[in-house]
Amino acid sequence: MNILSILALLISTTIIYSAPLAFTAIGGTFSERGGVVNVGLEGIMTMGAFSSIVFNLSFGNSLGQLTPWLGLVVGAIVGLAIAWLHALATVTLRADHIVSGTVINLIAPALGVFLIKVIYGKGQTDQISQSFGYSDIPLLDRIPILGRLFFHNTSYPALLSILVAFLTFYIIYKTRFGLRLRSVGENPQAADTLGLNVARLRYEGVLISGILGGIGGALYAESIALNFAVSTIAGQGFISMAAMIFGRWNPIGAMLAAMFFGLSQSLSVIGAQIPLINQVPSVWLQIFPYVLTIIILTIFFGKTRAPKADGVNYIKSE
Amino acid sequence: MTQTNNKALIAVLSVVFGLVAGAIIMLIFGYNPFSGYGSLIATAFGTPQNIGEIFSQMTPLILTGLSFLVAQQAGFFNIGMSGQLYAAWVGSVWFALAFPQLPDFLIIIGATLFGVILGGISGLIPGYLRAKFGASEVIITIMLNYVILYLGNSAITSFPKAIRQTTDSTNQVGDHGSIAIKWLSDLTNQSSISAGIFIAVIVTILVWFIMKKTTFGFSIEAVGKNADAAKYAGINEKATQIWAMTLSGALAGLGGVTEGLGHYGNVFVQNSTPETGFNGMAVALLGSGSFIGVILAAALFSALTVGGSGMPNISGVPTELVSIVIALIIFFVGSSYLIQLLIKKIKAADAASAGSGKGPKGKKPKKTDQTEEAQA
Repeated sequence: MNILSILALLISTTIIYSAPLAFTAIGGTFSERGGVVNVGLEGIMTMGAFSSIVFNLSFGNSLGQLTPWLGLVVGAIVGLAIAWLHALATVTLRADHIVSGTVINLIAPALGVFLIKVIYGKGQTDQISQSFGYSDIPLLDRIPILGRLFFHNTSYPALLSILVAFLTFYIIYKTRFGLRLRSVGENPQAADTLGLNVARLRYEGVLISGILGGIGGALYAESIALNFAVSTIAGQGFISMAAMIFGRWNPIGAMLAAMFFGLSQSLSVIGAQIPLINQVPSVWLQIFPYVLTIIILTIFFGKTRAPKADGVNYIKSE
Repeated sequence: MTQTNNKALIAVLSVVFGLVAGAIIMLIFGYNPFSGYGSLIATAFGTPQNIGEIFSQMTPLILTGLSFLVAQQAGFFNIGMSGQLYAAWVGSVWFALAFPQLPDFLIIIGATLFGVILGGISGLIPGYLRAKFGASEVIITIMLNYVILYLGNSAITSFPKAIRQTTDSTNQVGDHGSIAIKWLSDLTNQSSISAGIFIAVIVTILVWFIMKKTTFGFSIEAVGKNADAAKYAGINEKATQIWAMTLSGALAGLGGVTEGLGHYGNVFVQNSTPETGFNGMAVALLGSGSFIGVILAAALFSALTVGGSGMPNISGVPTELVSIVIALIIFFVGSSYLIQLLIKKIKAADAASAGSGKGPKGKKPKKTDQTEEAQA
């Protein structure tokens, strides 16, 4: 294999592996900017994956190529519902954010497999027939070299994730909603004094994270896993959370960090085809992103500052 | 007094709510909740073997519950018990299989120590990183779980062939390394019960003693309540945090040792870090900070799990229902504000009816005041 084709393979797998992480990590920034820690992203992704696979298996034959896209929508709706539970627990019922998130992570795989057993009578689903494949972006893939690297054998949802990152950046930093959301995450008391509805804004942040996390899970299921079992989303949600922290609670940063994690994941998948990398024992490639997160979190902690009131319940005085 | 009573009440109500929610889920999907829970109880307590199984599965839950409790007292949220447990599980089984020439008691002591040390180190790392660098222990322990998962799996598959049963599981530790007790195994029809349950109970008393009766335990509590105040009172708050997390990791590690030398008798490649570690958190949360609570909660969860394994055959309900119920119980414990509101409303209604009926006695309104203080 020559350098160009190795690079092309690396880039296209990286983009495909990073897109679900990017969606979910961007979702995480919405939740945490509003001051609600969302450890439950893992569970939200799991339910997104579950629902999209069931949808895909049920309607794949009649809807054809449109199915995976509608699967994303279904994943988003289910993610929204799960996130609503998290918002209810943390914002309304004043539960500890990590406890509530962990409950979601415990419940999601169990509920998914429970329902799979109810629907299909077995512990995991069949493979879906309508998945997100690789596609060439018309016109752009004709650009010499760059087209081959970036627009050949890529996927539309992956490009969409990049778009969403920029859109989110605009929403969080340039719109009134974004300003308010951030103020609620930094100093809910002050925001409340100025007449903002803290609970409502926090709900909105968490719910948006549910939508994006659900899409992330659905995308992972429909482009990489292609079926649902208890271990389909093994750790993707946690990696997304790490990506969000890496990206310093900034959506574009989160997307770039997701790409980095996508790269390291794709290395452990296609590493065997790449010279030098195939000399490294696969376990080192597997633990690499996690170890790196620990190191970076430790060294750059001073710079990666979470929103001030992140994880702190706001109890309005009466 | 009122506060502990309240906590126990919240725990009990959470269990009831969780079970009711489970029943509703069964109804929605066309199962009969009575036959569902009936089959659960019949399975859990039906045979001596399953009763032995309950004690066996309780063991690591008690230990990880304690692990979470100790970390929580120091102001840490240890989600890494799962990994700490796995590290010790792999380590202890390796030790037990690697030195067959040692006398039995040395194998057991050595394997236990090695496992506990591995667990302790896995707890020390996040403790150190947070105490010295301020890195969030939640993220670090989550990341470490994955690191340990992959390292542990890779260790198992690269063990010498002589101590492996298949490519991804080890031999049984057998008579040399096992902590099974013969008369107990015979009594429970060869269930996986072992000396682990006694170890867990003794360690619970020990940890209770450390936390409640020693300076170290007092420092942990002081640091957990207010690290700055503890510092100005002359407590080395960073060292205390690090040691508390090390102790927490060691306890989870001991849970892994009992899995390796007791419950399973070997170790095998895992898809994700053992759920027992996460359930330990559930146990501690339901036990609401009390040591007896941890043991009771561990008993409940393990009875549910063992009973749940019999549900599909008898009533057709998938076993996963049990995990859902356990998670819901924790949801209700976590959202205790909901239950506190209910208790408050009921008490207020009580007081009102008492007021209209027999005139104010002066006792009940006082109680509601106290609960309000406890909330604040």
